[in-house]
Amino acid sequence: MITVRIQTDDFNSGAELALIEDGVGAVSSFTGIVRGQGGLISLTLEHYPAMTEQVLAALADEAATRWSLAHVTLIHRVGPLYPSDRIVFVATASAHRAAALESCAFLIDSLKTDAPFWKKESFADGRETWVDARESDAHAADRWR
Amino acid sequence: MRVTILYFAWVREAVGVAEEILDLPDTAHTPLDIIAYLRTHSAGHAAAFADTSRLRCAVDQTIIALECEIGDAREIAFFPPVTGG
Repeated sequence: MITVRIQTDDFNSGAELALIEDGVGAVSSFTGIVRGQGGLISLTLEHYPAMTEQVLAALADEAATRWSLAHVTLIHRVGPLYPSDRIVFVATASAHRAAALESCAFLIDSLKTDAPFWKKESFADGRETWVDARESDAHAADRWR
Repeated sequence: MRVTILYFAWVREAVGVAEEILDLPDTAHTPLDIIAYLRTHSAGHAAAFADTSRLRCAVDQTIIALECEIGDAREIAFFPPVTGG
């Protein structure tokens, strides 16, 4: 089962994990949380709706095939988010731990470089800046190619 | 060729609109050609498209290199490198 959701609302990580535990041997997950460093007040997530879901579904399909996964769940929030908010969730379920752990890392690394989301940061002093893409993220994704 | 052009993040802010429908000149075969054409539209377009190394392009929702042929594209999007996750 592949589940891909883009939503403004929060999600319940525990409930999402429980949904994919049945009949498998291993479940792995990654939850991304908004950091509040440097006086950050909020983060606004913009995306390209017509493309985002396609890219996430294609990544989920690729992971499911490459690691023979029973389940993949990808959730990404958009809109305004605040420090300590959950922002992204990746969960994978398979027969064995290596496939679940590796595919989970592949999905978050690839999502960061391939999915059309952009973050804008708002700070306490009134500054607003678009986050720059990081070279280290590109390297992290490259190791799976 | 009539296409829908979409802008995201700071490209959208610099251009001033999220979307516009344009008739591209017959000489526009690649995203780079379109960028050169768009730069002449307004000061905002010129600012958004000044540095092509900071731009990415998707043609009909698929990312392509700026020098690739766009074919019979209907929707062309310009945006900065992505920063989700």
